[in-house]
Amino acid sequence: MTVQTSSDPSDHRFTMPRLSFRLIFGLGTLGILAILGLFGSVFLQDPNALAPANRLQFFSSDHWLGTDGLGRDLLARVVAGARISLAVGLLVAAFATVFGVILGLLAGYFRRLDPIIMRVNDGMLAIPELLLAVALASLAQASLTMVVFALTVPQIPRIVRVARAEVLVLRKSPFVEAAYISGSSRFKILTRHVLPNLVAPLSVQVTYVCAYAILGEAGLSFIGAGLPANTPSWGVIVSENRTFFMQAPWTVFVAGFFLTVTVLAVSAVGDELRKSAE
Amino acid sequence: MFPFILKRLASSLVVILIVAMFVFGLTAVSGGDPAVIFAGDDPSPERLEAIRERMGLDRPVPVQFLLWLQTIAGGDFGTSFFTGRPVLTLIGQRVEPTIVLSLYTIVMSILVGIPLGAAAALRPGGALDRFLSGFTSLAFALPGFIAAYILIYIFAVELRWFPVQGYQPLSEGLGRTLWSLTLPAVTLSLIYVGLLARTTRAAMIGVLAQDYIRTARSRGANTYRVVVHHAFRNGLNAVLTVIGLGIASLLSGVTITETVFAIPGLGRLTVDAVLNRDYPVVQGLILIFASVKIAVNLTIDLLYRVVDPRVAQ
Repeated sequence: MTVQTSSDPSDHRFTMPRLSFRLIFGLGTLGILAILGLFGSVFLQDPNALAPANRLQFFSSDHWLGTDGLGRDLLARVVAGARISLAVGLLVAAFATVFGVILGLLAGYFRRLDPIIMRVNDGMLAIPELLLAVALASLAQASLTMVVFALTVPQIPRIVRVARAEVLVLRKSPFVEAAYISGSSRFKILTRHVLPNLVAPLSVQVTYVCAYAILGEAGLSFIGAGLPANTPSWGVIVSENRTFFMQAPWTVFVAGFFLTVTVLAVSAVGDELRKSAE
Repeated sequence: MFPFILKRLASSLVVILIVAMFVFGLTAVSGGDPAVIFAGDDPSPERLEAIRERMGLDRPVPVQFLLWLQTIAGGDFGTSFFTGRPVLTLIGQRVEPTIVLSLYTIVMSILVGIPLGAAAALRPGGALDRFLSGFTSLAFALPGFIAAYILIYIFAVELRWFPVQGYQPLSEGLGRTLWSLTLPAVTLSLIYVGLLARTTRAAMIGVLAQDYIRTARSRGANTYRVVVHHAFRNGLNAVLTVIGLGIASLLSGVTITETVFAIPGLGRLTVDAVLNRDYPVVQGLILIFASVKIAVNLTIDLLYRVVDPRVAQ
């Protein structure tokens, strides 16, 4: 399988994507979710308030998105879930990028390290993503930190591959050679000349990592290997309501709808970034 | 061809070795003394010492790794902490549903995705093409378990065409097995149908713009003949890549799908083993899944050369 490379680094400069419908949809949706996640708790009900008498209600003026099997308000839980999903997406994307770029720079620039880093990379890529995440998540007590760690590790090799391929092209480009000849240190070459040119090609990859992380957290939590039970995460909400699916299918679909729209929004931003990079 | 196979085999072996190191390390970090787990309730210190010695736990870690590698290579994947039965036996009991489900998904994705992509390529920007583009985005964003519940709601609860969940083993007849696996296979297919169709479309558009296609058309070949005989084989490599990637990520997908549909396959076994912290089983599953993935990549690399001899040059 080949990695796309471009021979001319100049066409990789970061350009602002055109303001298209998809970009507005993506950024708008994420903005609304972020505001809801941050400030939703002010005007919504307590996502953990139990009210068994009101269990499994359909949409009403009291509970806009109905109630779950323990009578908790689904709108409040789903909004609290937005905060968790966005946090996981951003944290995983950030950590995977930092570690992936460091390893990619080392592998691409210091040729002796290349075979070691890339063989380990291949080994990690050989383990199915979710299986690796599930195994890592099981190493300690369920928590947000463990979920972020478990989802970050499988994504690092993907960033390493893209970063290394770009560095391999960049190190042969005239401006890097010019910097080398004029006596710049390796550290300065890497941080001042190579790193800024990785922003454009990586920005696309990073949005996909973010989307995968949001889906991954939901998947892990759904099978019970992610966040602890009762946490208002979208995966947990689906998992705890699946027993009531026959009576109250909306309890599952409400969280699923939010999850799908969020991932659509993140990948819409990614697609627009890719288009503007091409 | 032969030196190429040898070289790829050698590098695959290195990759498996790295996976094995990782898997071995996983138990080391997981805490928990295997001897204590193995010895059962309230063992005497002498008994623990004896077990440690027998399991090689008193040796240095690199020696332990080599000893472990030796037993694995001999086909002994150890004993499950939880059930006390050999890991390979447990895996063997669960392998049938996962293999049938995977093959069913792949066949379904190919039968739907490739014709769909080829048809979309004939009219880029047309109605079918735009539908395909929307479908692919949605299929990627829709989490597997949500897609599964939507399908269950429509086809099992409302229409009652398929069972809500459960698995009928092959011993009950292939028809019944496929019937019980149809909704899970559709769930898993969604994303690959989109991917395959999009790749086929891109490859076909590239090929259909070539001069020799125009020549074929000008000599009176009809659309069907042009697509199937002239264009398809040249676009096949990109499609092969996606099929390979599909099989590899299918191994992740089955974990969640088998949970939703209560299918007693390897995915479900993985979830149970992880939740029970049953590390020998987790180790065995990771090693086997990774080996399958590596073998699939190797086969695809070889097929490239069979399909398109230009790759070898």
